[in-house]
Amino acid sequence: MQQETPGSAVISLLVDNESGALARIVGLFSGRGYNIQSLTVAPVDEVGRQSRVNIVTTGTPADIRQVKAQVARLVPVSRVVDLTAEGPHVAREMAMVKVVSSGEPRTEALRIAQAFRANAVDTTATSFVFELTGSTDKLDSFIELMRPLGLVEVSRTGVAAICRGPQTIQSL
Amino acid sequence: MRPTPFTGEQDKMTPHTASSAPDAQKLQTLSGAEVLMRALDEQGVEVIFGYPGGAVLPIYDALFKQNRIRHILVRHEQAAVHAAEAYARSTGKVGVVLVTSGPGATNAVTGLLDALMDSIPLVCLSGQVPASLIGNDAFQEADTTGITRPVTKYNYLVRKPEDLAPAVHEAFTIARSGRPGPVLIDLPKNITVGNAPYIPASQTPMRVAKGTAEPDREAVKRAVAAMKAARRPLFYTGGGVINAGTKACENLRKLVKLTGFPITCTLMGFGAYPGNDKQYLGMLGMHGMYEANLATHGCDVLIALGSRFDDRVTGRVDAFSPDSFKIHADIDVSQINKIIPVDQPIVGDAGRIIEMMIEEWDATPAYAHQADLAAWWEQIEAWRALNCLRFTQDQAPDAVIKPQQAIQRIYELARETGRETYVSTEVGQHQMWAAQYFRFDEPNRWLTSGGLGTMGYGLPAAVGAQIAHPDALVLDIAGEASTLMNIQELGTIAQYRLPVKLFIINNHYMGMVRQWQELLHGSRYSESYSDALPDFVKLAESFHAKGLRATRMDELDDTIRAALEHDGPVVVDLCVTEGENCFPMIPSGAAHNEMILGPEQEERGAKVTREGMMLV
Repeated sequence: MQQETPGSAVISLLVDNESGALARIVGLFSGRGYNIQSLTVAPVDEVGRQSRVNIVTTGTPADIRQVKAQVARLVPVSRVVDLTAEGPHVAREMAMVKVVSSGEPRTEALRIAQAFRANAVDTTATSFVFELTGSTDKLDSFIELMRPLGLVEVSRTGVAAICRGPQTIQSL
Repeated sequence: MRPTPFTGEQDKMTPHTASSAPDAQKLQTLSGAEVLMRALDEQGVEVIFGYPGGAVLPIYDALFKQNRIRHILVRHEQAAVHAAEAYARSTGKVGVVLVTSGPGATNAVTGLLDALMDSIPLVCLSGQVPASLIGNDAFQEADTTGITRPVTKYNYLVRKPEDLAPAVHEAFTIARSGRPGPVLIDLPKNITVGNAPYIPASQTPMRVAKGTAEPDREAVKRAVAAMKAARRPLFYTGGGVINAGTKACENLRKLVKLTGFPITCTLMGFGAYPGNDKQYLGMLGMHGMYEANLATHGCDVLIALGSRFDDRVTGRVDAFSPDSFKIHADIDVSQINKIIPVDQPIVGDAGRIIEMMIEEWDATPAYAHQADLAAWWEQIEAWRALNCLRFTQDQAPDAVIKPQQAIQRIYELARETGRETYVSTEVGQHQMWAAQYFRFDEPNRWLTSGGLGTMGYGLPAAVGAQIAHPDALVLDIAGEASTLMNIQELGTIAQYRLPVKLFIINNHYMGMVRQWQELLHGSRYSESYSDALPDFVKLAESFHAKGLRATRMDELDDTIRAALEHDGPVVVDLCVTEGENCFPMIPSGAAHNEMILGPEQEERGAKVTREGMMLV
C-alpha cells in the first residue's frame, strides 16, 4: 500500500440513544489509540431514539477506514459516514469567547467581533461574551485575534457537520 | 462429596414449561428471575456455569425450582467463563455463565476478554445491587457494564422489568451472529425479585446482526480468478471457519481437494481440515511448521479464510508473504486491511464464501498451472523433509522424559483408544508443543486460549467440554505453572465426577518465559522458576482424583495408558527435562524465512533484534 499522509476527518454516526452508547464510542477511540479532536452529540429525531455523533479525528486514510470499521461494529451504531471522504460537506461549530478589557483594546475587540459577525451576547462595563459560529479555522483566527485584547475564557461546542446537497447520512 | 442439587425431585414449580394456553394474568405474576429462566429455556439453554452470591439469590432460587436447565457450580467465576467457552466451542452452542455482582463480575472479566479475542459466543448473566443502590458504593457493587464494555461484544444493564426478556433474546442473537462473542446482561436485584412480563423472542425487535449479509459474488469471482492464475497458492484458514460450522468445514475440505492447493491453519483453526491429510502443512506462525511458514513466505496467492493476520501469525509485518496476491475472507469488516493490506477482500460468513468459491471454481475454465503447482509441492515436500519437529529422546529406561516426547505419546496413545477426544490446553510451551504434535480430524475438538493467551484456561475448559460430551475423552495438556492458576477446578471435577485427564508437563519453569529469557535476556531466569510446587499426586488425591507420576522414560507410556484407561478424573505429573525450548520459532521482529530451528535441524536463522524485544 502506498504511503498515505495523515489528515483530519469528520465522521458522523447515528446511534441508538441508549445508556452507555457514547461511552462505547469514546472507549473504543481511547482503547485503540485513536484521536478525538472534537465531539458533538445530540438527539436528532423527533422521538429522541437516535442521536447523531460528530467526531473529528486524525490519521492516514487507512487509519480512518479502520476507525470507521471499528465504530461500525458497535451494536448501537446504525450509520457511520466519513463526511470528509464522501465529498462536500458543511462543518460548523460555535464558540463563546469572553474578553475582559477597557479602553482601546475593548474598542478593538468589538470592532473585530463585528468584522467576524460575532454577537455580543453579554456585555458589562468591563467585559464581553461574544458568540460566533463558523468553521473551526474561522473560530481559531477569531480567538487568536482576541488573545492580546483581553481574552480570558473560551467555550466551544465542537463540530456539527452535514453533507451538502440532497444526500443524507442515511442515503450515503 | 455434595450431590448436585438438580437431580432430585424438586420440581415444585415449572413456570416456563406451561404448554397450555397462556394465561395472561398468570404470566404477569412471574418474577424477573422466573422470566429469566423462561427466556433461557426458550433460547435452548441446557447448562449454566456459575457461582452464587447475594445479588443473584433470586436467580438461584428460580433455578432451584425448575429442572430443565442444569447448573454447574464452579469454584471461581473465571473458571465459569472458560468452561462456558469450551462448552460453546465444542458444541457450537452459546455458552452461558451466571455470576454475582461485584467480585463475581470482576472475576469473570478475564474470561470475557478471552471469549472476545477468540470469537466465542457467550451470554454472561451478572447480578447487580438493586437499582436504588446503584452509584452508592453499595456492598458488592461494581460498575459492571462500565468494566465489561471493552471486553464484551455488547452489554446490558436491565433497568425496566419489560426489558428483561427482550434483552436475553437479543443477547443470544448478538452473541451467536456475525462474528460471535460474549454478551453480558447485568441484572439489578429489584428486577429479578420484582414481577416482569414474559415477552417471547418472536415479539422482540432485534437489531440486525452485523456481518450477516450475503458475500459479494463479484468479489468471490475475482478471488477465484486469482486462485486459477496461481502457481504457488496457499490456503491460510482460521477460527472463522470453525465458527462457520461443520458444514463450512466439510466444504473447506471439498475446496482444498478440488484445487489441490496446500493449506495451513492458525491455532484457532485446527480440525477444519483433517490434520493428517497430506495437503495439510500444519500450523503457521511463531511456533508454526517450517514448511507452513516458508510456504506462507513464498506463495504467490494467499487465500485467508476466517483468519485475522494476528501478530503471532505474521511475524514482521512488512516481510509477511511479500510476493503474494492476498485474498481475505472475513465476517468482520474491521479485520480487512487492519494489519496486512490485502488485494481482494470478501466480507461475509466463511462457510458461505467457501461454498461460493466452490461454485465459481467449477464454473470457470479448468486450472491450467498443474506443472507449476507440482513444482510448488515439490518445494514444500523438500521443506517438509527437514522434519522440523524432530527431536532426540534418550531411550534409556531411566532417561529423563522430554516434553515433546510426553506430548507426542499422549497424542498417539489417546488416538489409539479410538475415542472421541477433546483437548484443552493451558498457555505456554506445552500449548505450542500440543499445537505441533496433536493433529485433529474434526473441528471443535481443540480448545485453547489463542488471542488472549490466558494461563489457567485449560482445566476449566476441560470441565466445560466434559459436561458437553460426558462420554468423550477429555484431555487437558497443561504446564505446572498454568495449572495452578485454576487448580481449584479439581473441586468441580470431583463434584460432577468428570473423567477429565489432566496431564501436567512439569518442567519446574514457566517454560515459555524461561525460553524467552534464555533467548532474549541473557539466560537471566528472573522469577520464572516454579518453586515450592505441590505434590500433584497427593493434590489429586485430596480432590478425590487419581494421581499418577512419571519421571523416567520407562514409566511414560504405562502412566499415560493408565490415565487414559481410568474411569474417572486423573492428574498426571509428567516430570520432564527443564531446559527444553520450543522450536521452530520465528523470533519477534523476524520474518517467516528467518526461523530458528531446533538443535536437530542445525540451521540457525535470524537473531532476535532489539526492535523485536519490544514485540513481546
